[in-house]
Amino acid sequence: MLPYVLSLPALLVCIGILIPFFTSVVYSFQRYRLSQPWARQFNWGDNYISFFTDPRFWNTLEISLLYAGITVLLELLLGLGIAMLLQKRSTLNNFISIMLLMPLMTAPALAALMWKLMTNPGFGVLSYLASLIGLQDFRWASSPSTALFTVVLVDIWVYTPFIMILLLAGLRSLPTQPFEAAALDGVPRSFVFFRITLPMLTPYILTATLFRLLDSIQQFDIIYAMTQGGPGDTLTVFQVEAYLNFFQSTNVGRSAALMIILWAITYFLSNIFIKNWLRLRERARGQA
Amino acid sequence: MEHTSLLERILRGIALTLVVIFFMFPIVWILMMSFQTNETILRIPPQLVFKPTLANYTALITGKLTTAAGTLDIAFMRNLWNSVFLSVTSVAVALLLGVPAAYAFARHKFRGSEDIAFTLLSFRFAPALLVLLPLTLYFQKLGLANTYIGLIWVYQLICLPLILWIVRGYFEDIPADIEYAYRIAGHSWFATFRKIALPLAGPGIAAAGLLAFIFAWNNFVFALVLASADKQPVTVGALAFITSSGIQYGQISAAIVLSITPTLALALYAQRYLVEGLSLGAVKG
Repeated sequence: MLPYVLSLPALLVCIGILIPFFTSVVYSFQRYRLSQPWARQFNWGDNYISFFTDPRFWNTLEISLLYAGITVLLELLLGLGIAMLLQKRSTLNNFISIMLLMPLMTAPALAALMWKLMTNPGFGVLSYLASLIGLQDFRWASSPSTALFTVVLVDIWVYTPFIMILLLAGLRSLPTQPFEAAALDGVPRSFVFFRITLPMLTPYILTATLFRLLDSIQQFDIIYAMTQGGPGDTLTVFQVEAYLNFFQSTNVGRSAALMIILWAITYFLSNIFIKNWLRLRERARGQA
Repeated sequence: MEHTSLLERILRGIALTLVVIFFMFPIVWILMMSFQTNETILRIPPQLVFKPTLANYTALITGKLTTAAGTLDIAFMRNLWNSVFLSVTSVAVALLLGVPAAYAFARHKFRGSEDIAFTLLSFRFAPALLVLLPLTLYFQKLGLANTYIGLIWVYQLICLPLILWIVRGYFEDIPADIEYAYRIAGHSWFATFRKIALPLAGPGIAAAGLLAFIFAWNNFVFALVLASADKQPVTVGALAFITSSGIQYGQISAAIVLSITPTLALALYAQRYLVEGLSLGAVKG
């Protein structure tokens, strides 16, 4: 009896998640605007069908995938590079890896504000540095052509340390024998990297990639704090677009449909992830 | 490992220096801005040497900013208090409810327990607004909108699954035989939980609590959607501050410094736990 009582709060949170989730599903099949509550009615698939001919939706999908793809790829390369630089256990390396935790522990919304101050056209130090290398009047997040670059930069600043930490833990846990054998045989370093290090590191890389992909495709804090999705609709990724639809144009139906589509994408990705993760966990336990 | 050439060591040194500069520079720069007056901040080129002033911090702490144009009220301390209160209470509630639940899940495989755990885990990766937007409408009907209780309730959506999944793993790692032996000696189920399981899972519980605190503190979207000015934590408050006060860059920097210090200090203090927790639990900044 007791276990049931103890797990009650978890069950309640579950219900607390599932009720709004199904409410979202229902909303997404309705014509529902907060400004016109009297006109609320089921329109079944209309919200979804209209997406096909809606350039704003395609823009949202494109910019979300682009943002997730660019950030995760760059963070992976950078994170792997830094992890390999820090691989050897030394006081300095350990100190640096702890220092690099700091951006990750900074609230992403606040990190965006920090970069906003640094890229201010009037006095921002980065605007000044840009002008030194010949980029006069570089507009950072306020110009449509560089806004994506700027938020990606902030994302990289915040989340690269996450990938670095996971990969560093991975690198340091690899068995040393293959590397010793390769060194004895005089195998070229690039061969060691591509044929030994990378394959053995793959589980860690996959975990880090999926974690970051799931997070990045849902990015809200950095983009909203930096530009509110602007300029124009340059950065209206899924969650920002849904937020603006809900609170500005009060179009609850469209907002809910957007969230359901994003949920479907993340559900697909997270299922791959959870299955892999459980398998790794079982295997780790089996060895212990 | 293998011996490295001088050239390689120099290149590694340069690369590491660049990495450290890139990741540390924003924090150092904002820290420096927070000790400057607006007058030195606005100078071009940016000043590396300046006479530090505590005026920005005193303005924030007293809540009064005196300028040539008059006095301005700053409510930032209110935001800071809200952050402390919301994060501490949410984590306390989540630990109180989550640790026993994690123990139940780890030790008693009953029908539905895996389903609950899986639902929680899979929604850990779901978009926040999917759940949040309908909740705002419900909360308005229930009178929970813009209340601490409503916010703490919503914060459980981040804290509880995190604690449940991390702590459950730690409980599962305790050999059941130890507990069994203690039970056979005539101790109750609760005594076993309190005297054996809790102390053994202590580090895991600490890691989970720490991580939950950092996520609660750093959360932005929940309070943005559900709280109005007097209940907002620092993440939302700082954004409002930047738009309302426009040009008080020194105070804004000081506000950012005050807002990020608690999580940075905690992270540095307990980095060992943190790394463990990050690789075990789900991560959302």
